[in-house]
Amino acid sequence: MAEQTGGFVIKPMDQFVVKPLFGGDVVHWYTPTNVTLWMALTVLAITVLLMLGTRGRAIVPTRGQSMAELSYGFIHKMVEDVAGKDGLRFFPYIMTLFMFILFANLLGLIPFAFTTTSHIAVTAVLALTVFISVTVLGFVLHGAKFLKLFWVDSAPLVLRPVLAIIELISYFARPVSHSIRLAGAMMAGHAVAKVFAGFAGALGVASFVPILAVTALYALELLVAAIQAYVFTILTCVYLRDALHPSH
Amino acid sequence: MEPQASELGSAPQDVGPQDVGMPQIDFATFPNQIFWLVVTLVVIYLILSRMALPRIAAVLAERRGTITNDVARAEELKRKAEEAEEAYQKALADARTEAARIVDRTKAEMQERLDEAMAKADAEIAARTAESEQRIAGIRKDADAAIEEVARDTVKAVLESMGHKADGRSVNAAVSARLKQGDAA
Repeated sequence: MAEQTGGFVIKPMDQFVVKPLFGGDVVHWYTPTNVTLWMALTVLAITVLLMLGTRGRAIVPTRGQSMAELSYGFIHKMVEDVAGKDGLRFFPYIMTLFMFILFANLLGLIPFAFTTTSHIAVTAVLALTVFISVTVLGFVLHGAKFLKLFWVDSAPLVLRPVLAIIELISYFARPVSHSIRLAGAMMAGHAVAKVFAGFAGALGVASFVPILAVTALYALELLVAAIQAYVFTILTCVYLRDALHPSH
Repeated sequence: MEPQASELGSAPQDVGPQDVGMPQIDFATFPNQIFWLVVTLVVIYLILSRMALPRIAAVLAERRGTITNDVARAEELKRKAEEAEEAYQKALADARTEAARIVDRTKAEMQERLDEAMAKADAEIAARTAESEQRIAGIRKDADAAIEEVARDTVKAVLESMGHKADGRSVNAAVSARLKQGDAA
């Protein structure tokens, strides 16, 4: 992927390499790597926002407490609106997902940071966890009636088998799109930023053009970081609603 | 995959363009990422469900309670203020009616006294007038009598000077008749 044009080298994908933190070459499953570091920082950031911000338990909130309450209220309302009132018992899980993705995305925008959510391994685990738990939940709550999700009662009888096949395929495509959307958006943005930054190093005086471009791109990436966290969470709520109320 | 991964780690910037490919599909790092991801998610879940979320929920519930109480209290106070206003208006109206009543009564009293005084004055005026008239009548009667006397004496004197012996009775009658005639004229 690294390009060699003229005399300079751009390695946009180097930022995604998983490296052991304390030297060595081999990445075992337990090795503390940059993944470990940035996930730990994510946990720290979430704790600072939600615990440190609310430690006053004030009736009139401080700025930090307001932010914590806003994020709580935002996801709580999303779960209630999309998945319904009975979806609220899964609120802590969905809040965990949202806070992790949001802070991993945002921390990844710090220069020289490692973006854990740009890796398909991470997003696939997240998406598969949602997919499997939602499917299991659907069968546990409704038994075989959960299959009605694929049997469109409102369609003409002849069309129903065809629709069932399409619904089934789209159901199994969910985790794929769910995970690739997030990882793809993160990876693409960071790679493009790195390419522009590489140009800035090589163009001399004219480098203000790529610097402007990186600035604009950075603003866009901030937006994407928040939106992708939002999209992942709201899709989770939609899938949860299907499991709770499978009839169309 | 394992050798490639170690190759990557050992020499990322070797001679020329080092082809790292897509680190995302370097399956050798998958167990590591998945392991740390699961650890992270479990830690976040425990922090959220055990500490952060109950705390925020409690704060929000407490605020809602406080707001509800405050609104109820405000409504109570507003109701009291309205009641006080009503009482004040009622007292004001009562005072106005009372004042009007007092004014009316005073006016009537004064009118009565005035009428009384007027009546008394009228009566006195009438009495004095009557008295005056009586006196005037008395004076006139005396005057009339004096005139008759003078006339009689004058007639007697005239007759005596002409040599006639005045007959008292006929002179009196003639003078009276003449005076009566004059009164009628």
